[in-house]
Amino acid sequence: MKSADVLEREAQAALGMIHDGMSAKERAAIPHQDMPQQDPKVRITNMSEVALGYTEDEAVVEANRCLQCKTKPCVNGCPVGIDIPAFIHEITKKDYKAALSVIQESSLLPSICGRVCPQENQCQKFCTVGKMLKDVDQAVGIGRLERFVADHESDSASLPEIAPATGKRVAVVGSGPASIACAADVRRAGHDVTIFEALHKMGGVLSYGIPEFRLPKRLVDKELSKLSDMGIKLEKNVLVGRTRTIKELMEEDGFDAVFIGTGAGLPKFMNIPGENLGSVFSANEYLTRSNLMKAYDQEHSMTPFFHSRRVAVFGGGNVAMDAARTALRLGAETVDIIYRRTRSEMPARKEEIEHAVEEGCNLRLLSQPVEILGDEKGNVRAVVIRKCELGEPDASGRRSPVEIPGSDYTVEYDTVIVSIGNASNPLIKKTTPEIETNRRGNFIVDEETCRTSMEGVYAGGDIVLGAATVILAMGQGRKAARAINEYLAEKK
Amino acid sequence: MYRIVSKEQFSPEVFSMEIEAPMIARERKAGQFVIIQKGGDFNERVPLTIADADEEKGTITIVFQRVGASTYLLAEMNVGDYIENVLGPLGSPTHIENFGRVVCVGGGIGVAPLFPIAQALKNAGNDVKIIIGARTKDLIIEEAKMRTIDPDLTIITDDGSYGLKGVVTEPLKALLEKGDVDQVVAIGPGIMMKFCTKTAAEFNTPIIVSLNTIMIDGTGMCGGCRVSVGGETKFVCVDGPEFDGHLVDWDNMLMRQRTYKDQEAEANHRCRLEGAGR
Repeated sequence: MKSADVLEREAQAALGMIHDGMSAKERAAIPHQDMPQQDPKVRITNMSEVALGYTEDEAVVEANRCLQCKTKPCVNGCPVGIDIPAFIHEITKKDYKAALSVIQESSLLPSICGRVCPQENQCQKFCTVGKMLKDVDQAVGIGRLERFVADHESDSASLPEIAPATGKRVAVVGSGPASIACAADVRRAGHDVTIFEALHKMGGVLSYGIPEFRLPKRLVDKELSKLSDMGIKLEKNVLVGRTRTIKELMEEDGFDAVFIGTGAGLPKFMNIPGENLGSVFSANEYLTRSNLMKAYDQEHSMTPFFHSRRVAVFGGGNVAMDAARTALRLGAETVDIIYRRTRSEMPARKEEIEHAVEEGCNLRLLSQPVEILGDEKGNVRAVVIRKCELGEPDASGRRSPVEIPGSDYTVEYDTVIVSIGNASNPLIKKTTPEIETNRRGNFIVDEETCRTSMEGVYAGGDIVLGAATVILAMGQGRKAARAINEYLAEKK
Repeated sequence: MYRIVSKEQFSPEVFSMEIEAPMIARERKAGQFVIIQKGGDFNERVPLTIADADEEKGTITIVFQRVGASTYLLAEMNVGDYIENVLGPLGSPTHIENFGRVVCVGGGIGVAPLFPIAQALKNAGNDVKIIIGARTKDLIIEEAKMRTIDPDLTIITDDGSYGLKGVVTEPLKALLEKGDVDQVVAIGPGIMMKFCTKTAAEFNTPIIVSLNTIMIDGTGMCGGCRVSVGGETKFVCVDGPEFDGHLVDWDNMLMRQRTYKDQEAEANHRCRLEGAGR
């Protein structure tokens, strides 16, 4: 890993290569700019952000790698359709305010999406430069540029224009990415919007799930304060399904439409022996303790966390990486990420896996935990692991793991974090049988409008998609907002 | 923000608070609970059962024992102070029907949440008998309220400082032996509910218990509250808090409750030393 100083010097040198009228070949020859980051040895001792963001020089160099393709293939890969070449073009002109305006036409949360989007599977996957160099890692660093613009212009972000009041009221349930996107777009149309959140802090997964070292909470707070500046009411401590039902919101409280963006919200377990031992946690619990309840700050936090030495994380997604890296920062000596396929099938963003490995997490691949063994106190003592090999591709297109009989072995751990995804929370479903759900309990919605089977009720994000990403949730939130605005325009 | 409108100290360690929370007061049913977070970034979320509610006044009553750092801080709050976060009502309401003859057993502060349940059972036409127990006289609470339901209720303390001397399973067994019990309800410390369940099992009598497990969000998200019930993993916050006592894996539940014991003891110690200055 190169130090920040070295990266900056290289960027300055690369600036010399840039001139007017460069050919595509010349642009692709500009070296791809790495983003400076905290040294792995240092960063596992703190909670501060790992990636430090581009300097201005680095951003300008990287922006000049963009070929400004007329066909804009990258935009097709963006769930919210940001005009990517246009904002990058503004960076080459050093007009960052203009760059931010371009992004804000399509996305409300650039500082967050620039950090947490899986760009290698979205915009950057389609980038012509990456294709020319036959390496998606060499694509233009679109996410990093988005982040640069958002951070550089963090104080100049303007509020979107809001249409005159319509007198219509919309309830948005949950305050995560889908809800934020929906609330903002519905509010823009002049409707009165109230967001209901169950927890004591707004932001959903952005607050309780994604760790500080990946997404600083001050950014989340800042984005949320934009919502209140737009006149959106934020009400916490309301659990829809218990405090109020959807029907009560519509029939008694006078809401004309409801958007449900409550997330997945019910951790899955593996149903293997020993899973209810004391030091077995869902990733949700582990991360909520650390992030939302600030247990990492034991000087101040009243919420305890389990002091682990040897941690096993089950799963290979972003949440598993977050949990593993959090465990290191909370003082674990070894952290193993146990995953039943190989590294290339891991669903986590590539960068998150790299960061976890750099920090010292071990990947125990082609491995399936089959039993958790307890000690005399009822906590974890060891995990029995079965070896796997890759078989035929399954429905997801990834080669499926096949357990190898007789290959069991035991590894000592004192903590297990189960991170194999979430099922959908049953509360709204139970109290609102009008809303159709699928076998997994996810809400069934119309693909174009995110409308549920109940009139005036829309849904998006993980409650519809299962475990997905921040940007996909935002995309659905925006779709639903468009449909809600149309519905309310027609409704008398 | 939720204003504390009255506060009462039942005993050196047990407090009752009436809190303005109109929406919860209107919606709550017997057996449900709230989660309280004092405010700020660093305070814990504490699940507490709703002991009573006044829909007209828009208030709920909670009863808690000062056991850890967070309940210590809560006990320091006074009438007129605001609690920043009260979420509820949480959990499934108690299943109330006319079972016939019901024995309600309350241990320690478990007597407080037992009151609305006993009241609802009485209103549903049940013949309700009450046993309340505690370690010592100071920890017996809500006696007068409970007497409105069962004037002949039984009181029992470990040290014999009030009522009978012994543990609640003894009078429970006596009632079961008479053969006049259709349903038992037990709320109290885990160990008490475990032994009430054992006692009820001897007489093949159904028993409902209300579990108070470790919990963070109270909405189903963290899974910290999970227990094994009838061989299946259940979440106390959404599936409970009440379960068929005969199906609960008590040893597992009691073990899970001890996960943070060492750390909590340390925090409590620190908190008292610093005079709860956080």
